[in-house]
Amino acid sequence: MSDNKENTPMVNTGEYFTSGNLAVAEGSLAAGCKFFGGYPITPSSEVAEHMSIKLPQIKGHFVQFEDEIASIASILGASWGGWKSMTATSGPGYSLMLENIGLGIMTETPCVIVNVQRGGPSTGLPTLVGQQDIQQARWGSHGDYEIIALSPNSVQECFDLAIAAFNLAEEYRVPVTILMDETIGHMSEKLVIPDKEEIEIVNRKKPTDEAKDHLPYKADEDLIPPMAVAGEGYNVITTGLTHDERGYPVLDADTQKVLITRLLDKIRKNKDKIIKLEEYMLDDAEFVIISFGISSRAAKGAVNLARKKGLKAGYLRLITIWPFPDEKIAQLSEKVKAIFITEINSGQVTREVQRAVEGKSKVHGLFKLGGAIHTPTEIVEEIERRIK
Amino acid sequence: MTEEEIGLIEAEEHPLDGYLRKGRIPHIWCPGCSLGSVTTVIIEAIKESGIDPKNISVISGIGCTGRTAGYLNFDSFHTTHGRAIPFAIGLGLTDPNRKIIIISGDGDLASIGGNHLIHAARRNADITVICVNNFQYGMTGGQVGPTSYKGQVQTTAPYGNMEEPFNLPELVKSCGATYVARWTALDVRRVKESFVEAINHKGFSFVEVLGSCPTTYGRRNQLREGIAILENFKERAVIEHGIDTEKVAISKEGPIIVGKFVDIHDKPTLTDNMLSIQRMSTASKDKGA
Repeated sequence: MSDNKENTPMVNTGEYFTSGNLAVAEGSLAAGCKFFGGYPITPSSEVAEHMSIKLPQIKGHFVQFEDEIASIASILGASWGGWKSMTATSGPGYSLMLENIGLGIMTETPCVIVNVQRGGPSTGLPTLVGQQDIQQARWGSHGDYEIIALSPNSVQECFDLAIAAFNLAEEYRVPVTILMDETIGHMSEKLVIPDKEEIEIVNRKKPTDEAKDHLPYKADEDLIPPMAVAGEGYNVITTGLTHDERGYPVLDADTQKVLITRLLDKIRKNKDKIIKLEEYMLDDAEFVIISFGISSRAAKGAVNLARKKGLKAGYLRLITIWPFPDEKIAQLSEKVKAIFITEINSGQVTREVQRAVEGKSKVHGLFKLGGAIHTPTEIVEEIERRIK
Repeated sequence: MTEEEIGLIEAEEHPLDGYLRKGRIPHIWCPGCSLGSVTTVIIEAIKESGIDPKNISVISGIGCTGRTAGYLNFDSFHTTHGRAIPFAIGLGLTDPNRKIIIISGDGDLASIGGNHLIHAARRNADITVICVNNFQYGMTGGQVGPTSYKGQVQTTAPYGNMEEPFNLPELVKSCGATYVARWTALDVRRVKESFVEAINHKGFSFVEVLGSCPTTYGRRNQLREGIAILENFKERAVIEHGIDTEKVAISKEGPIIVGKFVDIHDKPTLTDNMLSIQRMSTASKDKGA
């Protein structure tokens, strides 16, 4: 099986009319994913189903585990075996995965978690849209950490961001979440899968020193340590305990400070490289709508509608949800009259915008509580009502 | 024997040097705990198995036994509470030549990780599970657990445990385990033989080692010293190879049945099945699916 060590991407170049769930699976394959551990849950199950067909064809493995806890644990294990790995779930399953997402953060394990959001809390609206796991993805696991989460708003972007998610996971050695939603997952649009040569792939840094001198958690200047995996002779060591550069548990405040500061900073200091935003008609905008995922489709429509009515509206879309673009929003707040946020929850991104704005402009959250999407008309009507 | 009688032995090297991680000893385990000898036996068994150390991964969950992986100088993984098995399955499937050894405690494997244990047995996953059973939760201070016998006194069973314990060999056997053995920590030679067999076994192998925990188990149950727990095992242990695992439940008194209970070789393993699926999928892809 020595020919099976490489993460050979499966790129099914062509044009398709397909769903977001299948596109995120295809993007993962194109990124070199070889292991999927998962548990069925609506509205994400099509991701697992597609991977169960495709992964064995490239000598990868699909395993349907007994629950989501096993699924996330298995993909951490597979990543330490040198394979790019992923799982897909929805809110309730994501809740079950959180402890081991923390293990992934602490052990700096690259992997990708797709969360096709539905309405919650609890069983909520299994078959209907929600965007209510934004803060769960940020703070759900215990302890202090920084995380990367991406939010596609089209079928094409499900494919593109799957590749981006794997690349970010490999580059920063961190679990990356793709925060989709039921509508993005289930709607069908055109998907273009480019030629293999056009896809940029990032792989984790490998150590170059001798095994006997190797310090597995000694970071380079970029704050990211090279990663040896099992079977390479480095005698890999991982622990969820606070550890030093050797990977040995050292349970004191000094070691904690050094380790956690590095884990936070490797994301914080690279925010500018990580964060991707879409801007539309912002140059002269007096009113800005901030949105993401399916809500952003209506928000963009609302901007066009508002402009027709003579309102100087603009739009900022969060392609990267975490880390949050504080600086960009702070800058915007200095030049606009009001910021509106459309989201399918009761204000999870709005809180972040309020924090970033620091009172410098008005902030209005336009919320749906799950099960339905905003319409452009109602967004514009609400803007008109609030700016009177 | 006093220290003077033994004499101070100074040695440049220890026979286990190279197999234990430099700078990690002394370990955290209490005097009278059997985990030190179990760790030694694991290393001896790995040496005897003839497997290239590069191809060995050891994985633990959380707890006193869960600390074992971190002392061993192989690819070693200290995971979350109960999740060593699914982590190990993911790791193992990335290379069929990789030998996966899970070392964890009864609370970790049979309580919080119980679901993973039974499903790994059902799948005949290619993993060796070494379960050191000390009848309770040691690291957290001696709480009652799923292997505590009726009448056992623990910090959260101050009036004595009222619940039936798991019979672990029966549990994993009924779920599909293809190698099942149990020994007490006193039987180091037999423990080693079983570890070697389990490590070289194809499929799901499970070895239960009844351990001694004087600190949080023994002192509440009239077995104050580690040696008293081992003496108790010695008096009660009866070897019954091949016995029906239904008959090996442990209670407060009476015989403790040990031995090799299951050793089946002809059942496809998880890896066998995954590789079959790969072949089927390639054939179906060639047909244009």
